[in-house]
Amino acid sequence: MNALWMRQIGAVLRLEWKKTFFNKRAWWIYMLAAGPVSITLIHWLFELNRPVSMARHSLGDDSVGYAAMFQFFYLRGAIFFGCVGIFANLFRAEMLEKTLHYYYLTPLRRELLVAGKYLAGLVTSVVLFAGSAALSFLLIGRHFGPAYNDYLMHGPGLSQLGWYTLTAALACAGYGAVFLMCGLIFRNPMIPAAVVYVWENLNPFLPALAKKISVIFYLRNLCPVEVPLPPPLNIVVVDTDPTPVWIAIPGLLAVTALLLMYTAHTARQGEISYGE
Amino acid sequence: MTPAPDTQSLITFNSVSRFYGEVLGVNRVSLSIPPGITSLVGPNGAGKTTLMNLMTGLIRPTQGEMSVLGVPPDHPERLCRLVGYCAQFDAFPKGLTGFQFIYSYLLLHGLGDAECRQRTLAALEKLNMTEAANRPVGAYSKGMRQRIKLAQAIAHDPQVLVLDEPLNGLDPMARAETIALFREWGAAGRHVIVSSHILHEVDRISDQVILLSHGYVVAEGQIQGVRSEVKEQPMQILVRCDKPSDLAARLFQQNHVVEAKIQGDGRNLLLRTADADAFYLLLNRVILETGLDVESVAPADDDVNSVYQYLIGYEGGSV
Repeated sequence: MNALWMRQIGAVLRLEWKKTFFNKRAWWIYMLAAGPVSITLIHWLFELNRPVSMARHSLGDDSVGYAAMFQFFYLRGAIFFGCVGIFANLFRAEMLEKTLHYYYLTPLRRELLVAGKYLAGLVTSVVLFAGSAALSFLLIGRHFGPAYNDYLMHGPGLSQLGWYTLTAALACAGYGAVFLMCGLIFRNPMIPAAVVYVWENLNPFLPALAKKISVIFYLRNLCPVEVPLPPPLNIVVVDTDPTPVWIAIPGLLAVTALLLMYTAHTARQGEISYGE
Repeated sequence: MTPAPDTQSLITFNSVSRFYGEVLGVNRVSLSIPPGITSLVGPNGAGKTTLMNLMTGLIRPTQGEMSVLGVPPDHPERLCRLVGYCAQFDAFPKGLTGFQFIYSYLLLHGLGDAECRQRTLAALEKLNMTEAANRPVGAYSKGMRQRIKLAQAIAHDPQVLVLDEPLNGLDPMARAETIALFREWGAAGRHVIVSSHILHEVDRISDQVILLSHGYVVAEGQIQGVRSEVKEQPMQILVRCDKPSDLAARLFQQNHVVEAKIQGDGRNLLLRTADADAFYLLLNRVILETGLDVESVAPADDDVNSVYQYLIGYEGGSV
């Protein structure tokens, strides 16, 4: 990659951050990221002030509780919808606002425009959601004091923190590529987003082969703590062998790269018509 | 004999058609646009914006080939260094000041920070927008938004400037300054392609015009040349002289004179003739024979407005 391309991608990043991400309309995305941090903060303060007479839960309970929050709130909720909000709008909002032509009138390869926009979205979503996941993890057991420090530094805590942060970042990368493509191809990216959402949430109940055609399947396998499903859901869930990490991560990145290549190709062929 | 200009200095369309589904944008357009100010004139839906979008690579031809100074439109990396486009859309990226708007898109050209700043300031100054540079574009008046778009279009110093209704929303002073800028650019040997519905302004600034109707090029070239090609419409000529009624009497003996009427203060004779050359010969004869004192002789309908009415008329709707 030559110096000109680097400068151009840098310019796209700067412009996207300036005009899109420090935008009042993105408040709900910040709320999605801040929500679990606030809850774990309240949890910490509540546990600190809890009367000694009341029964306390264990560090293991908090670990499972966090795993459930990560899998059901972060992966299936906050990161999914956050990525819809961030990535689907990178092209679509510019088409609706009739400003995409300013980009198309610069001597910028369309592939670099896609790369720049994707990177801008990725950095933002990773900072927000991987940062939020890491912060929540650090806060959830804080009330255990030195025991939690020990869990982090000498127990499995630090490794779990690393896996949760990596999984959140990979989720942003995978869902980001899906929704960036949807925003460029579909006039209303909310419809494919809804279809993807239903598919991803049906994943535990799908047959083994169909399960593997999803982002959540690989991400769930990367989560360090298993979440036991309550009955009767545990009966209808179809068990499959977990995908090894060395397949899950490169596989997810390969799918991401393929989606980005298709998006870049579409952008290269694209025209400005704004639906008129 | 003047050598033919090479394609490196022309915007060329070779039988270019563009369809939007089943809707015609432009059809079989063949043009060679030389440097200077060229106006695109035609009613709404004639294909002006389609032609401009084709020139700037925002859309591609369905059929045919085209190039801008030798660069085909499917190479935006090269084309967009040559072309600046002030589009019709009154839309701007949110949250940017006038300075940021120009500076941010200049950075995409791969220029360094200092050069981008210097070019941004120069463009702002050229359009008298320096004072408003640090205000958000969203707070600008319509005229200021038009000027900041123009500043953005010229900031990278393009060889080809394409302007879709560039005078819209400008007050008379800003209009005059902008027209002067177009003239300066045209005189410097650059291409300035303007679409405007203000025909008398088109007339004042254009070196050549392209008349479009229903997606077809109806006429192109210098306006006087285009007018002389419209044979079916008698030419209007205004003669100011001391004895217009005597002249009119002589003219009515000629077959090519369709109409003659005395106007204004009684010294103006407006006539319509199917053969302008024959009229001028006759006028010379009359002057020699009768001593007619002729103050001025001028074509009265070789302007864009008249040519537009003759070729497109009211059929095409509003301009």
